[in-house]
Amino acid sequence: MMYKMDANVKKAIMLVTVIMMCMLPHILSKSIMTIVCSIMGYLIIAGALNVINGYSGQMCFGIAGFYCVGAYTMAILMNTFHVSFWIGIIPSGLFAAIIGALIAIPTLKMKGMFMAMITIGFSEVMRLIALNWTSVTGGTMGIKGLKAPMFFGLKTSGASRYYYIYLATVLLFLFSTDRVIHSRIGRAWMAIREDDMAAKSLGISLNLYKIINFMYGAFWAGIAGALLAPYKTYIDSAYFTLDEGFNILSMVIIGGQGTLAGPFIGVTVYQFLVEGLRFAGVWRYIACAILIIAMMWLRPQGLAGNSESVLAGKKNRSRSFIKLPEVFSLDRTFGTRRLGKANIG
Amino acid sequence: MNELMLEAKGVSKIFGGLTAVDQVDMKVYKGDIFGIIGPNGAGKTTFFNMCTGFYTASKGKLFFEGKDITKMSSDRIAQLGITRTFQNIKLFKYMNVLENIAVGFHINTCSNVFDAVFHTKRYKKDEEHVMQKSMEILKKLGLQDYAYMMAGKLPYGIQRKVEIARALAVNPKLILLDEPAAGMNPMETDSLMEFIRLLNKDGYTIILIEHDMKFVMNLCNNIMVLNFGKKICEGTSEVVRNDQNVKEAYFGKGLTRGIA
Repeated sequence: MMYKMDANVKKAIMLVTVIMMCMLPHILSKSIMTIVCSIMGYLIIAGALNVINGYSGQMCFGIAGFYCVGAYTMAILMNTFHVSFWIGIIPSGLFAAIIGALIAIPTLKMKGMFMAMITIGFSEVMRLIALNWTSVTGGTMGIKGLKAPMFFGLKTSGASRYYYIYLATVLLFLFSTDRVIHSRIGRAWMAIREDDMAAKSLGISLNLYKIINFMYGAFWAGIAGALLAPYKTYIDSAYFTLDEGFNILSMVIIGGQGTLAGPFIGVTVYQFLVEGLRFAGVWRYIACAILIIAMMWLRPQGLAGNSESVLAGKKNRSRSFIKLPEVFSLDRTFGTRRLGKANIG
Repeated sequence: MNELMLEAKGVSKIFGGLTAVDQVDMKVYKGDIFGIIGPNGAGKTTFFNMCTGFYTASKGKLFFEGKDITKMSSDRIAQLGITRTFQNIKLFKYMNVLENIAVGFHINTCSNVFDAVFHTKRYKKDEEHVMQKSMEILKKLGLQDYAYMMAGKLPYGIQRKVEIARALAVNPKLILLDEPAAGMNPMETDSLMEFIRLLNKDGYTIILIEHDMKFVMNLCNNIMVLNFGKKICEGTSEVVRNDQNVKEAYFGKGLTRGIA
């Protein structure tokens, strides 16, 4: 019933995947690399949203706000203060995390739709600040002339080179999130998601862990924003609309909340759908809408989600319409994957 | 009986016009097995909720080992050493048994996000501790075979046991069990009784709510009876069994008076 892979096999698969990922720019054309880069960007931010929505069960709809904060922090640091990209990236994330804490504190007692409303509002506030605070953010003109950084004398401009920065960040994100999820903190988040009363009775401070959760998610969303700014060389508030936030949310939902693999599958499916249907013009977004509705109907836990999860709903637990092999449910054994090494007997 | 563990002084809980718990005094000493009984709607669970911080008492005060816990949040109270189980089992249904218990170790471990990311010594020590102790608890309750099973899919009796196991992981001084034998068959009830006795011998103080009179009368040293929020009797099982007020609360006035 439980899918278990030998640790060495797993490591080997991971290594091969990473090497293949490194080769991509040499295989694929530049136009496809642009799509791959945007997928990479979304991977980080969708993963960040997944930490908030999927693992601690909060309802954050305003991830674009943190994205915006990170991007503008980076752009302002580079443009006004002439800080190098490599130094600016951490403060961008940290600043987004601080904003995350500021949003988390007043919403501690909120759940569900109320939380969603506040975060939607926050996202719009951030965008409007970026749009109207002309002296700092350039207003409608945005911030221009950002340069992709130099990496020990190597240029990183252009999709096929900037890709490596994205790849490194994605791997870093995966590595750290995987470790956090399988620690005491991750278990506390999941306990809050599953049953907050029981979590409280075990001494888990809901307030503290919700704040940490928000800060962690916001940090990576900020990093994603910070990577976007030098890649696009120009940012304005139009990158961070509510639509963008909902796109990211739908990627997470399609992929499967509360699984590490989920956002990755979701982002890839969504992006290839959007790009593949380019001939259909703006109508292609209807396909995305239909996909989301179909997912809610047939597999609410998402493509990678487990059929035995809170999200699957009662109806689907007994008769799953789309049966995927257990390989996709990588997080089947989330909390004790590392614990599980010891023998019982 | 020696040390005072949990003390309630004139505790009341008022919901709008309804007084769910009315001026209840209670003293539970260290090493005791204390039972709370009463007809449906007597305020037993409400009283439990106040002891564990899920409700704040409208009047009166609660003390745990001399500390005022009346207005404390439930996670603070858990950190002081009171844990509970719930009447309608509140397991983390989509996590397996081992994970459920691992969550219980939360306050006995201390690694933070940075420890987790960098796998510091503290993290490794914590995880080892959690693993080792979880296994000990599983063995103690005979739940080894269920370790990797999804908690929500287990039989009812086993779920009750897992909930107790999770409460033990917190390493509490006082355990509050809300109807632990509900829905269990007589065999399961007997083994549960034995198990609670064992826990008590290990030094845990236990307060339990239960409707199964045989269970309560055999197990508890002291029993408090609530009816419509008021305490109507307290004492050993002998005292409670022969108390007129208790008989009236359960059987009504007509019958008992008529026979007497």
